[in-house]
Amino acid sequence: MITSKSYTIPFIVLAVLLLLLFMVNISLGSVSIAFNTIIDSFFTNSDNLNNHQYIIQNYRLPKAITAVLVGSGLGISGLLMQTLFRNPLAGPFVLGITSGASLGVALVILGSSIFGGFLATFLLTKWSLVIAASLGSFLVLLLVLIVSSKVRDTMAILIIGLMFGSITAAIVSVLSYFSSAEQLQQYIFWGFGSLGDLDWNEVTIFAIIYCIGILFSILSIKGLNTLLLGENYAKSLGLNIKQSRLLIIIATSLLAGTITAFAGPIAFIGLAIPHVTRQVFNTSNHKILLPAVFLFGAIIMLICDSIAQLPNTDYMLPINAITSLFGAPIVVWLLVRQRKMVF
Amino acid sequence: MKKNNQHTILKTDNLTVGYQSKKNKTIVASNINIALNKGELIGLVGGNGIGKSTLLKTLTKVITPLSGHVLINNINLDNYSNLELAKTLSLVLTEPIAAKNLTVFELVALGRQPYTNWVGNLSDKDVTIINKAINQTTIEDLKHKKCFELSDGQLQKVMIARALAQDTDLIILDEPTSHLDMYHKAYILKLLQKLAKDTGKTILFSSHEIDLAIQLCDSMIVMSKQGIVSDSPCNLIEKGAFSNLFPADMIVFDEKTGSFRVKK
Repeated sequence: MITSKSYTIPFIVLAVLLLLLFMVNISLGSVSIAFNTIIDSFFTNSDNLNNHQYIIQNYRLPKAITAVLVGSGLGISGLLMQTLFRNPLAGPFVLGITSGASLGVALVILGSSIFGGFLATFLLTKWSLVIAASLGSFLVLLLVLIVSSKVRDTMAILIIGLMFGSITAAIVSVLSYFSSAEQLQQYIFWGFGSLGDLDWNEVTIFAIIYCIGILFSILSIKGLNTLLLGENYAKSLGLNIKQSRLLIIIATSLLAGTITAFAGPIAFIGLAIPHVTRQVFNTSNHKILLPAVFLFGAIIMLICDSIAQLPNTDYMLPINAITSLFGAPIVVWLLVRQRKMVF
Repeated sequence: MKKNNQHTILKTDNLTVGYQSKKNKTIVASNINIALNKGELIGLVGGNGIGKSTLLKTLTKVITPLSGHVLINNINLDNYSNLELAKTLSLVLTEPIAAKNLTVFELVALGRQPYTNWVGNLSDKDVTIINKAINQTTIEDLKHKKCFELSDGQLQKVMIARALAQDTDLIILDEPTSHLDMYHKAYILKLLQKLAKDTGKTILFSSHEIDLAIQLCDSMIVMSKQGIVSDSPCNLIEKGAFSNLFPADMIVFDEKTGSFRVKK
C-alpha cells in the first residue's frame, strides 16, 4: 500500500520527542540529576561510579527502558487486536492474557498460605511472581488458541477470550475470600503495575522476548492491511487467514504476556494508543501505524512514568492510575476535536 | 461453445451445489453445466432462494461442490492454492468493507496484494496497473478521497477497480447493482460490459436486473425450479427460459420487449 502523504516529518518529530523524554525521565526522580551527569554515566565503567551515576545505571536507566518496552509493546498488541477483531474496544488483553497472569499471581500470593512455611517464602520472591504470571497467561492463551482453532469466526475468539477472563476472575474472587488482609494488599499492589522493579538481567530477558514479539508483528503487516477489507475479501486476495490469525495472536501474546509478567497489568495504554495514533496520523495503513504506535506508546508511557514518580519527592504513585488519569482525557479530547472517530 | 473451447475460462461438469453438514446433505441445485468464455459478460439471474449465491460460493471455492467439478483454465478448482486462485479470480462482494478510512487509491492498491512482497510494497509495475484500473473505471477524481466520503455508486466503481487491479482472467460480482438507483444500475452494468470487451476479462455477475441483463450481457445463466439454462439472451427468450422464472399468475414475461409485467 502506498500512501500519498509523506509522514517523514511527524516521524522525525516523534523520534526526537521520544529521545528527549527518555532523558527527562532519567533525570527526574526523588533527586534531580543534571543532563551532563546522565550522559557521563552512560560511558562510565560500572566499577567506579559516584552516587548519581550508580542511581542512573542501576535504577533509572532500566526503568526508562522498561517504560519504552511496555508502552510500545502494549500499543502494538492493542493495534493488532483492534485490526484482527475489527473492534475499536479490543485491547491487548481481550485474549485473556491479563486474567491468566493475575490468576497465576493470585495463586502464588493468595494461595501461598496453603503451601506454608519454607515453600511460602520461596514462592514470594519476585521471580516466582514473574514465572507465575507468565505460566498463567501462557496456559490461558493456550486454551484460547486450542478453542479458537476449532472455530471459524474470528468474533467467537473475542467472546472466548472474555469468557476465560470471567472464569479466572471468579477463581481469584474465591481465593481472595479465603485470604488474609496482608495477602490481599500484596495482590492489589501487584495489580497497580510497576516499571521500576527490574534489574538488568530481567530487562535483558524482557527485551529479547519483546523483540521476538515485534518481529512477528512486522511479519503480520501485510496480513493486517489485507484484513482491513474483511475476512472474505482477504481470503479472495490469497491470504491464509488461519496462518495470519495465528501469527497476530502469537505476537500479541508474546508482547502482552511478558509485559504483564514483568510490569504487572498495565491498563489503558493498549486500548488508547492505537486510537491516538489513528487520530493523529489519519491512516489505516499498518506500515505507517506500526512504527507510529511504537513511538506514541513509548512517549506516553515515559510521560506517565515521569508523572507517577512525583519528581523531587519520595513518593511514587501507582503507574496504572496515572495511565488512565492522564490517557483517558487525551483520547476524549482527540475524539471531540476531530468530531469523527477514525477506525 | 464447443468450437472455441480454448477460450473457455470457467467450466462446470455435472456440478451439484449445496450444503453439507455431518448428517445432512442439502442439495440446492444440480446438473449444472455452464461454460464462461473469455471476454464475455455473463449475467446470473434467478428468483430469491434459488441458489445463485450458493453457486457463486462454489465457483469461488468458498464451499466445496457436493459432486461434479469446477474447472478454471482447464484446472480443477481443488488444485488451486489460495494464492494461485487470487491471481486467477477476483471478487466483488455485497458485504461492506471493514475499514472505510482507506483512501480510494489504497483500497484499489490492496488488489495487488497477491503480487507484492512480504511487507506489501508496490513496484512501479503495480502502480501502473493500479492507475490503469482507476482510469478504466473513471474514478480519477476520487483517487485521494476516503472511502467513507463516497456514495454507494462511487464505492461500487472503486470495488470494481480493486478487482481489476488484481489482474485476473475472471471477475465475479455478487449483486453489484443492489442499493443503486436506476441510473447507477445501468451505469455499472454498462461499465462491466465495456470492461469485458476492452480488457478481455470474463465477468460474471448475479443480479435481479433481468431487463438490463438481457440488453447488455453476452450470455446469461437462468436459474429456475425447472433447472439451469445458459445461452445468449436472444436464444433464451426464444426458448422461453424467462417465463418460468416467476409464478405466471403474478408476473409475465413479454418476449417482444424483453421485460416483465405485473398481471393486473
